[in-house]
Amino acid sequence: MNFSDLNILPWLIPIPPLVAFFVIILFAGRSKLLTHIIAIGAIFLSWLMSFYAVYTIVTQHKDLGTAAALGGKGVFASSVTWLVNGATGPGTATGALGMGVMLDPLNTIMLFMVPLACLLIFIYTLGYMAHDPRNTRFFAFLSLFAGAMLTLVVADNLLLLFIGWEVMGLCSYLLIGFWYEKPSAYQAAIKAFMTTRVGDVIMMIGIAYLWASTGTLSFRAILHNEDVLHKLATTPALGGFLGLTAAGLIGLCIVAGTIGKSAQFPLHVWLPDAMEGPTPVSAMIHAAAMVSAGVYLVIRMYPLLSAGGNPEAGVLTPPMILMSIVGSFTALFAATIAVSQNDIKKVLAYSTISQLGFMIAALGIGAYVAAAFHLITHAFFKALLFLGSGSVIHAMEHGEHAAHAAHEGHTAHDQGHVPDASPAHGGHEAPHAATEPIEHHEHPLHDPEPAFDPQDMRNMGGLGRNMPVTMWTFIIGGASLAGFPLITAGFWSKDEILADAWHLSAQSPLAVLVLVSLAVAAILTAFYTFRQIALTFWGEPRTEAAKFAQHNDGTAEARNISAQMTAPLIVLAFMAIVAGFAGVNPGFPIIGAITSRFFPQGAPFANFVGRTLLEAPEHLDFSWWPVLVSFSVFLIGVGMGYALYVRRQYALGQKDPMEDIVGADIYRILQKKYYVDEFYGWAFINPLRWIATTLVSQIVDKGIIDGTLNIIATSATWIGNLFREFNRVVIDGVSDGIPDAIADAGRSLRSVQSGHIQQYLLYALVAALWVGLNLILLAVFPLAVPWAALAQVVIAVLLILFFNVSGSRASN
Amino acid sequence: MVPLNAYLIVAAGLFSIGMFAALARRNVIAILMGVELMLNAVNINLVAFWRFLTPATEASSGLKVGMSGQAFAAFVFVVAAAEVAVGLALIISMYRNRRTVIAEDVDTLRY
Amino acid sequence: MQNIDLIQWIAFVILSILVLGGGLLVVTDRNLFHGALWLLVSLFGVAGLFVMLSAPFLAAVQVLVYMGAIVILIIFAIMLTRRMMGIRESVNARWPIGLVMSALAFLVVSFILTLASSSQLLAYPANVAVQPDSLINFGKALVDTNQYALPFELASLLLTAALIGSIVIAREDG
Repeated sequence: MNFSDLNILPWLIPIPPLVAFFVIILFAGRSKLLTHIIAIGAIFLSWLMSFYAVYTIVTQHKDLGTAAALGGKGVFASSVTWLVNGATGPGTATGALGMGVMLDPLNTIMLFMVPLACLLIFIYTLGYMAHDPRNTRFFAFLSLFAGAMLTLVVADNLLLLFIGWEVMGLCSYLLIGFWYEKPSAYQAAIKAFMTTRVGDVIMMIGIAYLWASTGTLSFRAILHNEDVLHKLATTPALGGFLGLTAAGLIGLCIVAGTIGKSAQFPLHVWLPDAMEGPTPVSAMIHAAAMVSAGVYLVIRMYPLLSAGGNPEAGVLTPPMILMSIVGSFTALFAATIAVSQNDIKKVLAYSTISQLGFMIAALGIGAYVAAAFHLITHAFFKALLFLGSGSVIHAMEHGEHAAHAAHEGHTAHDQGHVPDASPAHGGHEAPHAATEPIEHHEHPLHDPEPAFDPQDMRNMGGLGRNMPVTMWTFIIGGASLAGFPLITAGFWSKDEILADAWHLSAQSPLAVLVLVSLAVAAILTAFYTFRQIALTFWGEPRTEAAKFAQHNDGTAEARNISAQMTAPLIVLAFMAIVAGFAGVNPGFPIIGAITSRFFPQGAPFANFVGRTLLEAPEHLDFSWWPVLVSFSVFLIGVGMGYALYVRRQYALGQKDPMEDIVGADIYRILQKKYYVDEFYGWAFINPLRWIATTLVSQIVDKGIIDGTLNIIATSATWIGNLFREFNRVVIDGVSDGIPDAIADAGRSLRSVQSGHIQQYLLYALVAALWVGLNLILLAVFPLAVPWAALAQVVIAVLLILFFNVSGSRASN
Repeated sequence: MVPLNAYLIVAAGLFSIGMFAALARRNVIAILMGVELMLNAVNINLVAFWRFLTPATEASSGLKVGMSGQAFAAFVFVVAAAEVAVGLALIISMYRNRRTVIAEDVDTLRY
Repeated sequence: MQNIDLIQWIAFVILSILVLGGGLLVVTDRNLFHGALWLLVSLFGVAGLFVMLSAPFLAAVQVLVYMGAIVILIIFAIMLTRRMMGIRESVNARWPIGLVMSALAFLVVSFILTLASSSQLLAYPANVAVQPDSLINFGKALVDTNQYALPFELASLLLTAALIGSIVIAREDG
């Protein structure tokens, strides 16, 4: 077998991290060094193979793709027959479910970004988690995460994609709750898992419906096939549900999956809480894997989502309308929250939600290339910002210990949980966020003041002095996020989204909405990014910890860790600038002329990715207005930031200057994130709790179940007594066990949560019967099925929110 | 020829009987026997569907699916054998460590 | 023709009584050892049904593996834990619910199956004769790389794992 064959190679790309996961979990977990070699080696191998694939495609197969107009020569793919069945439909000729991989322009660019970001995050983790006792397990989970993401990227069908998608859900659960000693961490893990599950269930319904109506899940058979798309777009949905077409209903279900995975309103609540995980996980979730997967899915399914519409003429399909509304609303909504947060990672979390909103909204108005472009550039600069913030937090924890050490001597904080930290680095804890709450339980007398928060930006200031590399790379990442004109990647991709919205605004009022809200969100983005940089790195240190904050205190180990953490930052900073030039519109003055000298066929990114579609999207002519918008939003945002946070130095304990401008009430609403969690608590939890306590417990449990059982038990006892009399008379005193046992039944049933395996089996049977009754419904009243499904999904969502919010409530 | 439905209903009955044992018997060995009954019910279904739907060796689409019913039944045998071996080992281990074979006495999973 | 049908029906009814009656006694007999013997009866009935369904090989395997090996293994386990055989209540506290649920499961499953087999979905070719080389085809299917070679090998792996696993679990010093 020729492994350099690009048809076969994609099979191999996800393999090394997946193997690494099993090897580390099963065999190598005892040795840190071995674990590191295996994990880094595996992801390096994946990166090498991906790089080879990307390089070969970019240099030799520029015509990869299906768009005939651009000379697309097909895609690389191979697949095997996975499940033979009798399925028949417009998309299938074989009657079998295939399982396979492919390489087309869209996942080629993903293969450029994902393995590189993963590799850098892995290297960074070496330093960041160096002292964690569960270091090896962390690498195992991280490997599984990377392997699942790569599986998702190379998949050629929705089923394999969904497998990778769900494995990532599992990994995010494991990694967000990695420091499970902290109640907030494991609650955040549960919340993330459950909230994304809401979207996943709906998405699974969509996949099943797609399978039922086409008989295939292969991307090539559905998305590259005009007939299938046309048929889906013209068939009305089952039971004429809401007047949608089949494509519309499937599209809405798939978009729901993305709303969960990519943390769009109203399922965004899990992402900020996911900050409880170690910082490399945040980078993984926010940049390389999880949320990118959601956006990748909708970009991948775009031909289906837009089937029956014509965005260039302003005709949007229902899934696209949903995406543009949800995306633009989320972009603005999350950006307003981000400006008021004080936790350095929370700001970035809301910024991620907001930027994902940009991409979803862009796709919603048909800006296919711009959405894909922003996905890639955002991944680089957001990974950079997260790793940079991790570096800051790490340094702040060091600084706190150093400050304590300077005041109290070394003893107080040396009893950490790090068995291998030698006394020579007295008190230099691992970047173990769990240290904070635990430590303060351990030393209640030493720390009467509230727990010091190393992530709170109000405690920072002036960090740039000791950490120049972190500061400069963070500034580059921030500039890219804020859209610093002309040189950063973020500028070019955001500009392209705004340009697309601008061009479409004549046709569609929705594009106007998208344009306005994204422009305002972009102002806020520049503003909160500037605020973050100013509060963290500039000015005077506001606490002792900030004064002492640094990684490199001269020991060889610290130097090592510092190098492992900063090297990835530098690479990512390079990418955060350079990646943007791939997408410059050739009509752009001066810079466009320079880039077109290198890429004579026009913007290489748009040309390349556009070929993924059957009909490549039109090239936009250059126009000054969106560029002016991009320029001015950046300048306005930065100007506001400068006026508020640099001209007047922020001091510890002082009111945030923003509070004076927007007013204390609004500021509090922003800080409380519009009370969404509280709203879910009020709207879902309390009613459900009432149902749980009053209805279920009082009426169902005590009344119906116990009542029924009592009747059974009483009658059984009565029969038993009859028997006993009979026995006493006839065979004197044999077996009075049965009635007693039955009488016991009524009593012992009261405990619902018993830990008895058979009771759980009973629950499983009830669920199976539920499915069976649905099947009967399907056979007898097919037209009622969509409504029944909707009702059940709503019930499931309510239940999930119930558990979810009760968890997060407990954590607050 | 006895119709397909008759077989299916007998299998459903056997399945429900086994299900009752798995749900209600206290002794784990009895539960295991109930599971065996359920597996046998599944096997009856597999073979019956095979007999009535695809007894020919080649399906119309050209793919060879003709033996799937029997092949799946054979795999159910294998899985049942493995399940019984491991299940009984667990029961013996449980009996040795806890001196009980009552399912409800083992409730460390509570709450 | 009529006679063959009648004989088949009689055989079917007898076998069904063996299967279901044996099963019921497995579930209700308080003596576990007797239960295991009733299990033999029920499994024998299933083997008979396999014969009626023109799967003689599976019937033979049923007798050899299920009745010969699995039930014997279960009887071993009963003997090894015989101290517990004197338990008086054979069913747990939730048995009424279990009974209702099992009955409901029977109704739902048979309803669905009847519905499915009488609808277009499973329009089956009645009275198709099984080819005489069915067993040979079955053997070939199991080792054909385009059919069941991989699951077949995996099954052997599973058996090995189960073997080792049960030794490890049941070992005295485990």
